[in-house]
Amino acid sequence: MVLYMTEEPANTAATGARPLFDDKTPIYQQIADQIKDDILSGTLKEEDQVMSTNQYAAFYRINPATAAKAFQQLEAEGVLVKRRGIGMFVATGARETLRDARRARFFEERVDPLAREAEMLGIPVDALVERLRARGGQS
Amino acid sequence: MSAALEVRDLRMRFGAQAAIDGISFRLEPGRIHGLLGRNGAGKTTLLSLVASLRRPTSGSIRIDGVDPFGIAAAAAKVCLVPSGPELSGGLRVRAALKAAAALRPNWDAALAERLVGRFALPMKKTIASLSRGQRSAVGIVIGLASRAELTMFDEAYLGLDAPSRYAFYEELLQDYMAHPRTIVLSTHLIEEVGDLFEDVLILKDGRVLLQENAEQLRSRGAALVGPADKVDAVVAGLNVVGSRSLGPTKSVTVYGNAIDGLHRRAGEAGLQVAPVPLQDLFVHLTEPGAAS
Repeated sequence: MVLYMTEEPANTAATGARPLFDDKTPIYQQIADQIKDDILSGTLKEEDQVMSTNQYAAFYRINPATAAKAFQQLEAEGVLVKRRGIGMFVATGARETLRDARRARFFEERVDPLAREAEMLGIPVDALVERLRARGGQS
Repeated sequence: MSAALEVRDLRMRFGAQAAIDGISFRLEPGRIHGLLGRNGAGKTTLLSLVASLRRPTSGSIRIDGVDPFGIAAAAAKVCLVPSGPELSGGLRVRAALKAAAALRPNWDAALAERLVGRFALPMKKTIASLSRGQRSAVGIVIGLASRAELTMFDEAYLGLDAPSRYAFYEELLQDYMAHPRTIVLSTHLIEEVGDLFEDVLILKDGRVLLQENAEQLRSRGAALVGPADKVDAVVAGLNVVGSRSLGPTKSVTVYGNAIDGLHRRAGEAGLQVAPVPLQDLFVHLTEPGAAS
């Protein structure tokens, strides 16, 4: 989902159902993760300004303090930097930092569950490797 | 402009019945507060006392340090949108809005007009001839356009259809962000309204059960699902407030301060931990005999 538009987002969602959050993690965490994903995918570039907490609050129909909590977390992690009186910006080097952090957890968080699922279904490891190799040429 | 509300040892008796049974709390100015409680917990009585609609049996109410009862300047800071049909039924909508505008120093006529359009209110009809939902919409228009420093909505959306309720939440949030003020939302629709709260005040049997930051409150709850033996091992020693079983699978809700290590232990046991929706926490905490 791309959220970084310059025009007022609130009224585009007027009276429609709210964009859905999953119920697995707190809302502020999902907002923070979303911003991280967008930085990793390049949707949000370093030095880009992110929308304000009020714009987030209006878009998701949540208390602005909840949105602010996501921003505080990202600021503490060095992903965003605050420029007083202007707003929040993606920090220089944020993408690299996020990639390193995400890579460190990749096997544990992504590959291990996949391997467990494959084992449960009786899919041999060789078949997984073959699939990954076959995809390798495509991306 | 936002008003702080301070309540001390407040009591309201109706005969032998104590509707408000000695409560003390403070509402921080400039925030949206959720006021929750089961039927008969005392929410409406509390709001009517804060709005100076009746005098308490004992105790004090201070709006920015001033007892508002009988003091026009202090009372003008407070706007209560009641759930019942308190607006006089013979008035036309236009006249009701005009009366509110005359009473309210911060009245925003342009906002009122826009909201009337959004809720499609017939200005020439009398309040009595409106549907329940339309009457609620009139209350919402008055509540928002008044821009009172302490604005309290008591189940203000009764009879409103879902799109109109969403419109209300959206307008409330936008106007609150543009003109920060102290807002109290008394509601049973926690699932719908809960994300708007910054702080939560829960009443039970005329007393304060808890008052807390909404995110903080949410972080105290956790839900686990999985094989019963694994779930039991992970939640051992924690405050289990809800538990359900389906064959060998068990679903458990825990509440308390000590859930920090829960995620790690659950992860090691191969269990998923999910947050507990505010509404579910509320149900567990207000059950008769539930320990907070």
